Amino acid sequence: MPPTLSLVYDRIRTEEKELINAAEKRGIDLKPVDAKELHLTITDTAKERELFGDVALERCVGHFRGLYITAILESKGIRVINKYSTASTCGNKLLSSILLGKAGIPTPKTLVAFTVEETMKALEEMGYPAVIKPVFGSWGRLIAPLKDREMAQAILEHREEMGNPLYQIFYIQEMIARPPRDIRTVVVGGEVAACIYRYSTPEDWRTNIARGGKAEVCPMNSELKELILKASDAVGGGVLGVDAMETKDGFVIHEVNSTVEFKGAMSVSETDIPGKIIEYATKLARS
Amino acid sequence: MKLKCPECDGDIEVKEVIEGEILTCKDCGAELEVVKEKGNLELKVAESEGEDWGE
Repeated sequence: MPPTLSLVYDRIRTEEKELINAAEKRGIDLKPVDAKELHLTITDTAKERELFGDVALERCVGHFRGLYITAILESKGIRVINKYSTASTCGNKLLSSILLGKAGIPTPKTLVAFTVEETMKALEEMGYPAVIKPVFGSWGRLIAPLKDREMAQAILEHREEMGNPLYQIFYIQEMIARPPRDIRTVVVGGEVAACIYRYSTPEDWRTNIARGGKAEVCPMNSELKELILKASDAVGGGVLGVDAMETKDGFVIHEVNSTVEFKGAMSVSETDIPGKIIEYATKLARS
Repeated sequence: MKLKCPECDGDIEVKEVIEGEILTCKDCGAELEVVKEKGNLELKVAESEGEDWGE
């Protein structure tokens, strides 16, 4: 029996469209499943196998929606790309930093505090400029540079007024002196499928493609490749977007993304990224 | 094929679209999702961006 795959989505973006096309080209049965039209019985483990096939590619744009669907599917014995443990770690910057640090991967110095007062003390210790990031969040949302004490005080006070308790977990990183770009790699099953620079634009200091960042091919050297694969392993592997920055002392890994957006990489890379992902999922289904 | 914008009732010409795809109405700017209702493609107002959206 040929393997069957499913693609769990809540929006069909370029990436999902390309994954559907790649499966079609290879004659792979890939069933798109709209997460917004799902209700899953979590107390009955037997159901749903038919709907999701041997391997499900979780591609929801909503992180928590995708994460909990993954948990439910795994409980029913369906393999998901990526695994719950990986998606859960990557969706949380604090947990990601812990794993990167533990694996001895160079990553920006990161401090965490739980009150404004203590965060101000931590900033004095680390020095300015620094960066504050929400522990969960994406597309660079609510990431802010803290250039000096006044700016930090103002941003932290605003953060304190925000209702979500997760915003009161103050995750602070040293500001890395980098060129106006970072490096995005797409890792598929322990292989680096694409490596690009993402340039920030004059309108925004962040490099996210979703914020208008521009993509360009990045040549890869062995030092970078080794770090990227080590970071991928540290979070459990699968299909990942591993991001690096260039510093005067070498590369640092600052983020690993679980539902990787590869539209930017696809526009400049010669590798068939969606094809590689489908082949990886098929291989996993056969194993 | 022509579909109706559920927001402004304007006509939207669509080609080779699939369920789940997002279109923007040129008349009113609404973000619309392609859905299938009783076998026919239709448009409904898409979900707005959530705090946890994206990578």
